[in-house]
Amino acid sequence: MEFPKELRYSQEHEWVAVEENIATIGITDYAQEQLGDVVYVELPEMGAPVTKDEAFGVVESVKAVSDIYAPVSGTVVEINISLPDSPETVNDDPYGDAWMIRVEMSDLGELGDLMTADQYKKFVAEEQGEE
Amino acid sequence: MPKRTPLYETHRALGARLIEFGGWEMPVQYTGILAEHQAVRTRAGLFDLSHMGEIEVAGPRSLDVCQELLVTDVAQVRLGQAQYSVLCDPEGGIVDDIIGYRVAEDRYLFCVNAANIEKDYDWMSTHNRGRADLINRSDEYALIAVQGPQASPIVQRLTTLDLTHLRRYWSVSGEVAGVSALVARTGYTGEDGFELFVPAQLSTAVWTACLDAGGKEGIAPVGLGARDTLRLEAGYLLYGNDIDAHTTPLEAGLQRLVKFAKEQFLGREALLRQQAIGISQQLIGLKMVEPGIPRHGYVLWHEERPVGRVTSGTQSPSLGMGIALGYVPPACATSGTELAVEIRNRRARAQVVPRPFFRRD
Repeated sequence: MEFPKELRYSQEHEWVAVEENIATIGITDYAQEQLGDVVYVELPEMGAPVTKDEAFGVVESVKAVSDIYAPVSGTVVEINISLPDSPETVNDDPYGDAWMIRVEMSDLGELGDLMTADQYKKFVAEEQGEE
Repeated sequence: MPKRTPLYETHRALGARLIEFGGWEMPVQYTGILAEHQAVRTRAGLFDLSHMGEIEVAGPRSLDVCQELLVTDVAQVRLGQAQYSVLCDPEGGIVDDIIGYRVAEDRYLFCVNAANIEKDYDWMSTHNRGRADLINRSDEYALIAVQGPQASPIVQRLTTLDLTHLRRYWSVSGEVAGVSALVARTGYTGEDGFELFVPAQLSTAVWTACLDAGGKEGIAPVGLGARDTLRLEAGYLLYGNDIDAHTTPLEAGLQRLVKFAKEQFLGREALLRQQAIGISQQLIGLKMVEPGIPRHGYVLWHEERPVGRVTSGTQSPSLGMGIALGYVPPACATSGTELAVEIRNRRARAQVVPRPFFRRD
């Protein structure tokens, strides 16, 4: 399982890559592994507002429906339009081609609530231990 | 504490992801649902179905008892033959759907759903009234299925039985991998294949022999996740989802099973009555016209009105679209009828289509 150092992570298993005030968001390697084969992805529209800890989209595996939660608040300025047509990308390349949305952040302070790669790795290990 | 099949440790060693299903801890997937689904459609898959129950009805009056318990005409079932049927209650509701195997002149083996074993045994005992010998053999048997276009050559390699003459819905007793087995040409996938009833304590040997024998064909262990997508594509019903005590065989599209010519069987009067006045809900197949995956419980709409619910649904791996079973009034059950599925407060267009969704040519 991969935990890229340069990313920040949420407790709901989303990752965030920050460049100035733009956050690129996707779901983590652990999340895709837990979901199994992803067969459907639903993303918000351009310009849609997203709020930290609220659902902005949905991923569905063969077995289950899961909300994707916004790790930061802001406005959607870009969406990965090719993802709904190739949902399997979420399994194949969760940190790369399966990025989901780019958000212009409204509160940079929210980044402080996210975990570093090391913290998230520990968080996942604890969650797995509970299973 | 969920129950475990005799193959539990084998599944763990194969790296299966385990879930609870019907009171059992079962593999939901080994490598991935889509890969396992594909293995069964193109090559062969190996399933542990030991959670399923086996109830024997034996003795000189076994046929009478079966005739009363089941809606089908059991007198038509010849030695070695199998029959899909349902047990109904006096109101016509479905107690369980089963496959009955006639394994001897006056001995029938019912393969029943895992979650219904106790309920069925109690139900059968109540209505048996001491006429036949009823034995719950669920713990004695393991059930291993080999399904897929390559199932036949794989199982043939493990037995001296001539499987080319074993027709669909027939069974034969003999040794498989040196273990005495009831070999049935039945399944729940829409593919050719076999279900092997073997002694529980010898099941690991049979499982391993099947995996080894199918190495060349690329046989893969398959969990309950792909079992569900395979059965849904093939249009098979799942008890507890698509049928239960609140649905009758006439509503569930199983009217072909119900033999009113039999003088007496449980549910006969209620079903006759329902046939006369007509059903108010009918099982349909539907496919999505717009993107979205129909799921159990989602509301079905017809011309701006809620008319029913999805009972099973998935993204069909073979067809690449959402498919579902559900119930609607007969007026909107005709093939081609436009419906909508309510998915997260949005209505996605769908269409009533004939079942099965997928058929092997």
